[in-house]
Amino acid sequence: MASAFEYAPAPESRSVVDIAPSYGLFIDGEFTDAADGQVFKTVSPSSEEVLSEVARAGTADVDRAVQAARRAFEKWSALPGSERAKYLFRIARIIQERSRELAVLETLDNGKPIKETRDADLPLVAAHFFYYAGWADKLDHAGYGANPRPLGVAGQIIPWNFPLLMLAWKIAPALATGNTVVLKPAETTPLSALFFADICRQAGLPKGVVNILTGYGDAGSALVEHPDVNKIAFTGSTAVGKAIARQIAGTGKKATLELGGKGANIVFDDAPVDQAVEGIVTGIFFNQGQVCCAGSRLLVQESIEDELLDSLKRRLSTLRLGDPLDKNTDIGAINSQEQLSRITALVETGEAEGADRWSAPCELPSAGYWFAPTLFTGVTQAHTVARDEIFGPVLSVLSFRTPDEAVAKANNSQYGLSAGIWTEKGSRILAVANKLRAGVVWANTFNKFDPTSPFGGYKESGFGREGGRHGLEGYLDV
Amino acid sequence: MSERSDRLSVFKTYKLYVGGKFPRSESGRVYEVTDSKGKWLANAPQSSRKDARDAVVAARKAFGGWSGATAYNRGQILYRIAEMLEGRRDQFVREVAEAEGLSKSKAAAVVDAAVDRWVWYAGWTDKIAQIVGGANPVAGPFFNLSTPEPTGVVTVLAPQESSFLGLVSVLAPVIAAGNTAVVVASAESPLPALSLGEVLATSDLPGGVVNILSGRTAEIAAPLASHQDVNGIDLTGADAELAKELEIAAADNLKRVSRPQAVDGDGDWSTDPGTRRLTAFLETKTVWHPTGALGASGSSY
Amino acid sequence: MPTTAPAFADATASDSALRRFLHGLPGVDAVGLEARAASLGTRSIKTTAKAYAIDLAISMIDLTTLEGSDTPGKVRALAAKAVHPDPTDRTTPHTAAVCVYPDMAATAVAALAGSGVKVASVATAFPAGRAALDVKLADVRDAVAAGADEIDMVIDRGAFLSGRYLKVYEEILAVKAECGRARLKVIFETGELSTYDNIRRASWLGMLAGADFIKTSTGKVGVNATPANTLLMLEAVRDFRAQTGVQIGVKPAGGIRTSKDAIKFLVLVNETAGEDWLDSRWFRFGASSLLNDLLMQRQKLSTGRYSGPDYVTVD
Repeated sequence: MASAFEYAPAPESRSVVDIAPSYGLFIDGEFTDAADGQVFKTVSPSSEEVLSEVARAGTADVDRAVQAARRAFEKWSALPGSERAKYLFRIARIIQERSRELAVLETLDNGKPIKETRDADLPLVAAHFFYYAGWADKLDHAGYGANPRPLGVAGQIIPWNFPLLMLAWKIAPALATGNTVVLKPAETTPLSALFFADICRQAGLPKGVVNILTGYGDAGSALVEHPDVNKIAFTGSTAVGKAIARQIAGTGKKATLELGGKGANIVFDDAPVDQAVEGIVTGIFFNQGQVCCAGSRLLVQESIEDELLDSLKRRLSTLRLGDPLDKNTDIGAINSQEQLSRITALVETGEAEGADRWSAPCELPSAGYWFAPTLFTGVTQAHTVARDEIFGPVLSVLSFRTPDEAVAKANNSQYGLSAGIWTEKGSRILAVANKLRAGVVWANTFNKFDPTSPFGGYKESGFGREGGRHGLEGYLDV
Repeated sequence: MSERSDRLSVFKTYKLYVGGKFPRSESGRVYEVTDSKGKWLANAPQSSRKDARDAVVAARKAFGGWSGATAYNRGQILYRIAEMLEGRRDQFVREVAEAEGLSKSKAAAVVDAAVDRWVWYAGWTDKIAQIVGGANPVAGPFFNLSTPEPTGVVTVLAPQESSFLGLVSVLAPVIAAGNTAVVVASAESPLPALSLGEVLATSDLPGGVVNILSGRTAEIAAPLASHQDVNGIDLTGADAELAKELEIAAADNLKRVSRPQAVDGDGDWSTDPGTRRLTAFLETKTVWHPTGALGASGSSY
Repeated sequence: MPTTAPAFADATASDSALRRFLHGLPGVDAVGLEARAASLGTRSIKTTAKAYAIDLAISMIDLTTLEGSDTPGKVRALAAKAVHPDPTDRTTPHTAAVCVYPDMAATAVAALAGSGVKVASVATAFPAGRAALDVKLADVRDAVAAGADEIDMVIDRGAFLSGRYLKVYEEILAVKAECGRARLKVIFETGELSTYDNIRRASWLGMLAGADFIKTSTGKVGVNATPANTLLMLEAVRDFRAQTGVQIGVKPAGGIRTSKDAIKFLVLVNETAGEDWLDSRWFRFGASSLLNDLLMQRQKLSTGRYSGPDYVTVD
């Protein structure tokens, strides 16, 4: 698609971030090797370049980290809330100061475009700490009775799609309420959590309040199993979420689970069409579609289906896929070979089952993990691509005739995380929202997040809410 | 490096803070401010009713922007005030010690508490709506949501005794809630308040959100209490007699009045402030919107 | 030449038909529209792309003087600047046009003869448009007779806001009839239309009535061209061509003062209407101070030094 107006490369400078060749685990305020000396490499998914080698936590390390968190808990939970607040405000400010460095780091390790890390992830991360900092000395006002108590040690396991943002969602409310934490980032994106450990040191956070264990699922499982952990917060797949729910059965551990989704984005014939097209694009192609609340099912009213699809395809043809560090890149790399294979397999299933595939005409780089923005038309509720979470830049398009049909199809899913409604008619928005079985419903917008706004799912999308006043509950003994 | 004892120091000219600028009083008058032992400290501007009028104009002009800013943005700015204040801690410890006759360590505790109070209210800007607002389950097919909104321009008569912590404790909640303020500083001890203006001016707080006047409380308060473009008045700094007079004047346009509280009088500003001062100058707006059914003839699904 | 695109002949058959048509256009969500414009505003245009964009922007300027104090001398100075924007660098493209009041059109035509720079004249009792139709038409005839290549008319915002769409439509038709070979730019004064829904409706109304260009504003009110209202008008010309095959130009005017701003508008053009509009025939900037900023940026690109206002000409 050569245009007269070719944007020259506009790469964000890598020099703002200094990645060490190796990193240890962050336990009790110190970086330390794994007890058994195991390490693993983390690569940049856009180039397959090895970025660093990090320690791989094992059971012994999990135990050490939980013990450190337990030792730190007594003092931390006894601090006046106003003092805990000031630690969190410090962290929020240091994140703001170092946000460009962290944005570049996140883009390198995750593969998502700098535009997103710079304009979405990092501002939200800082805002989340800022918001929960303010709660630390106001817990009496939060609606959970006087002097609500923390739970103790929180074991937190986060995914690779928004590494630092998911860290913020987990750590900020936990610390504000007086808990201490052991957090395990995903094995493909360990770096920003390790940089966060450094921020904790700059902020003067007492040792052991935050512990970071890089590693694989075995470390996560050991953390869930550990008898001295009081709370599990997990964001990831529904399969692992169910396994965790089984693991903690009968233990008294409290859990928050943010799991998969198959969000329906419902477009009525009286929608603001140009904005709906943008919302559909944001809904499924933000972060390469690797978003649990993605609007991965487009439900469009039949009377405008052709027109909307034409507009959508035209718009998708303008998406710029490539170097995630280029400031003009809209679509970055898929996070890992494993994820790319999963997307590819599901798309093949879609084709095999007879859905019509259309992919945006864009050239894929030769190195790294890439998938062109894709949509399936002629999809019905019976197709795999309408039911399974693909977690990639793939949109399944279904049609409907009436609002009740739209709602019935939207709700016809094991998941219930998110949904979108596009219509200029206010009462239709509210009537449809009323009937949707989803934890977040966006009307005439999509994929909006704010620290004040609770987020979480119905059904197999998990339970508990993160964000807002509601997000405190998961970390309080109430 | 020790200070040269023979060096003549430079005095500061204390000025009002109005509309983001530092004017002298329109009246051209000043009055002597002394420390608790009667030693001269500075000449403070003696504000007139015209200064009060100008301050209201500035506060009204700033109201749209400040009340329309996101709560997050307001919180960031209030936190910035705390940062700036912390950086000038020594100056305020000296001024508070002189103004209130406190020892250095007691004055330091007062200033620290004032910094922390800004932090406390910085955290409230984006939470108060979640505490006092919310969805109302009306018995009908309606979405019904109540949200707090700032009432407008608020006159704040700062406490006479606690010239700094008291001042911050009454001012911060008014602007945290999104109002703009005209503050009448402690008459006897206005210097910490006037210096606070310098902190506010360097904290990203838009000009006019806070306007600080010094002078005789009754003289400045009277035109503010009767002013038809002022929406609320906090009478903390008025004695019982003046408070009643002002409350009567305030009734003309039904200003929201926050009366002096028993707790304010005993001078203990260090206790948990709660939310009373936040809600004192908030209105509640309730929005109704029909929800209705999905279709005219019931669902076939 | 049909006055109305045949596909929409029914839409303009009566006042009520026109109202139904305009009110049947898809709504515009303001938050989403502005977010999209802001998002395109974050595009980073560097090096070769920037050089291309700067020259393109210069070539799209309607260099404008619309003051009560305008004189032939002022207009001749502006014309000279339009032909050779940077006297120290003759590779600089000329501007698209010089835009003046009707009584200055003859002066501008004489000064620009043979230069390739067009003469645009505002007309129809610009900027308020509050005059009788025959006065407005006489204004247009004057400008056309003086040799203006382009006529920038204002719509009757009062009629539009009170829902008399057919009156607005017929007035544009009448002006168009007086234009002869001159291309017609229709100014909506988007700042007075106030809502995005109105801007979309005005865009379609103007296009149906035969506008060659749709233009945001006069530059004489508080809110003039913005990325969002220009994006909305670019969507309108894009959709109109898709449905009728007729291509129509867009001209944001007023408030665009820096190269950075201008480049953001070119990004809007590129990613909304598409590259077919990246030409002075289809996109213009109504501006005056913008030109010098573009010239300073151009000098910076060629010398590597930041330039200053003493190194571009004052007009």
